Amino acid sequence: MVPISAYLIVAVVLFGIGTMGVLISRNIIVLFMCVELMLNAANLALIAFSRSLNIMDGHAFVFLVLTVAAAEAAVGLAMVITIYNNRESINIDRFNILKW
Amino acid sequence: MSDYLILIPLFPLIGFLLNGLLIGRLSRPVVSTIACASVFASFVTALLSFIELTNMPASARLIEQTLFAWIPVGELNIEFGLLVDPLSAIMILVVTGVGFLIHVYSTGYMSHDKGFGRYFAYLNLFTFSMLTLVLADNFLLMFVGWEGVGLCSYLLIGFWFERKSATDAGKKAFIVNRIGDFGFLIGMFIIFWQVQSLDFAEVMARAPHAFIAGGTLVTTACLLLFVGATGKSAQIPLFVWLPDAMEGPTPVSALIHAATMVTAGVYMIARTSTLFMMAPDALMVIAIIGAATAFFAATIGLAQNDIKRVLAYSTVSQLGYMFLACGVAAFSAGVFHLMTHAFFKALLFLGSGSVIHAMSDEQDMTKMGGLKKYLPITYWTFLLATLAISGIPFFSGFFSKDEILWKSYSSLYGHPIFWVIGVVTAGMTAFYMFRLVYMTFHGKERMDDKTRKKIHESPRSMTVPLMILAVLSVVGGYVGMPHIFGVTNYFEEWLSPVLAGHEPPTHALASTSGGGAGTEMLLMALSVLLVLIAIYTARLFYNKKPELATALRGKLTGVHKTLQNKYYIDEIYTAVVVHPLIIVSIGLWKVVDVIFIDGFINTLALLYDGISQLFRHAQTGRVRSYVTVFVIGVVGILGWLVMR
Repeated sequence: MVPISAYLIVAVVLFGIGTMGVLISRNIIVLFMCVELMLNAANLALIAFSRSLNIMDGHAFVFLVLTVAAAEAAVGLAMVITIYNNRESINIDRFNILKW
Repeated sequence: MSDYLILIPLFPLIGFLLNGLLIGRLSRPVVSTIACASVFASFVTALLSFIELTNMPASARLIEQTLFAWIPVGELNIEFGLLVDPLSAIMILVVTGVGFLIHVYSTGYMSHDKGFGRYFAYLNLFTFSMLTLVLADNFLLMFVGWEGVGLCSYLLIGFWFERKSATDAGKKAFIVNRIGDFGFLIGMFIIFWQVQSLDFAEVMARAPHAFIAGGTLVTTACLLLFVGATGKSAQIPLFVWLPDAMEGPTPVSALIHAATMVTAGVYMIARTSTLFMMAPDALMVIAIIGAATAFFAATIGLAQNDIKRVLAYSTVSQLGYMFLACGVAAFSAGVFHLMTHAFFKALLFLGSGSVIHAMSDEQDMTKMGGLKKYLPITYWTFLLATLAISGIPFFSGFFSKDEILWKSYSSLYGHPIFWVIGVVTAGMTAFYMFRLVYMTFHGKERMDDKTRKKIHESPRSMTVPLMILAVLSVVGGYVGMPHIFGVTNYFEEWLSPVLAGHEPPTHALASTSGGGAGTEMLLMALSVLLVLIAIYTARLFYNKKPELATALRGKLTGVHKTLQNKYYIDEIYTAVVVHPLIIVSIGLWKVVDVIFIDGFINTLALLYDGISQLFRHAQTGRVRSYVTVFVIGVVGILGWLVMR
């Protein structure tokens, strides 16, 4: 039996990688993937707790998160395409017109 | 059977709504039919109520109609109530009767004007407001009518709004009236404060308990009401608007600025006579102001050359007479003169309108003369009115004017000085009126040939009202013949139930028994003599030997100039009141408004602007920097939660 702490460590590591990716990456697509990574880290933590505590609520949450993530990805990719059409680039740093 | 009172003001209101809402959609005959018919209908209704009154016993002559509770708030309960008693019966008959004649006259006078529909809409609105004023059974409703007639006066003075002088005159009338109305309002507040009611009947009934007779409060209230009256009725010091009001169409001058609206002040004082009888000091002020106005306006009238301005100053002067009568507590004499004056002054104005109409809108009398043969009907009716206003015996003006003169001498509140001023004014009145007649209708024809060719007698719609008014000017006085002719003064008797002190106490010297009648006869003879001399002088100066007038004018250049320029009153007011006001206003604008108010707001805005300049740089527009801040924030908060 793998202890729950192992799952949680993996989840934390995944979440950290995702966060760092969001902070560092300039490519919008990579940025999106990192957001997905953070979501999945959270999913993993939920599943782990659900198994160890023998409560099914975590599973239900995970399905909810997956659905939302799918929708978010759809909207996000649409935005990426629009940005690319406007800027000929998917570099997030070039998309900074909402400033002073 | 009192439900029909509402019809009296309702007819003109309907006329106003029809004419006003359908301006430009109705043909001229339809417009004039609606306007005249509505006023005529209300005249007939007024006549019905008058007949109903006469059938009642003298002490119970009162018809009331309460339509609805208008303002029921706590102790204040004001009803929309109408009231016909002997006093308001006379007023509604004058307003609708003379008003109807003037409406008919207007159909002829205004027939070429492009604002035909608008004119009659205003005229009907005026009639409605005036009837509301006189029929109201409480102060507040009266004030509504009071403001309504002020508004209509403003609208009609500025009727030809393309002319700047007309709009200026309209504004002047409105503003000066507002000053008076302010006094009226405050007076009303004092009365409500003390009496807890604004209903005329209740105020008059409770006043003796609520006020101390002759006390400061009742005197102040009466004086404030009188301030309102000086505004509306053009007395010193607020008379300046009336002469300028002649910018309006002439029938308007006849209706509003001679026969009806300007007499509202007299009516109001007569209506609240109980209060005024409790304030002898206020009465004295009224008498003095009235006498002074009568005198000064008459002197100005002596030297004016504009036919309508002469009549305007004459109106101011005659209104002064009415206030003199009220001031010596001879209210019925004041109302009597109000009525006869409505007849002959309306006739004079309409006659002058007929002259102006014939002269292609020329108002300067020095360019007239010899019009008698061109305008026979106008001439003869005008002459009758002139005889009436001059106080030639057995014309209507004679009875009413003499009643006032006698009362100003004999009343306990009167004084021989009032009589002297009154008689001198009567002489001047006769002089300037006959001067006007001689300059206009007699002598050399001074107009140019182009105008002369166009002179024509006015159409039937204008001359018939003239003739009817002429008849009224002649016979109108017989209802109020003085006692010394051995007849009953029906007019005084008719009004006696509603007027306090209708027969003012006389001082010993003039008691009606014994020597009093002789004195009255003597005074009457004196005044008639003076009037005849004045007429003769006018004839001498302006008809027989004009060189005499020129010579006299040469000797009295200064006086003549002062009179012609109306004592420079307008200039003085401009310098003393208007100018400082403008300077203060400019100060308020440039200092208070621009520097303080705008300055405060602008400084505040600048402050926010500066702070924003500082913080706006946080908005880099870069997603990654936002995310960094976000993550640091989340980590910080979570860390704090865990470490706590």
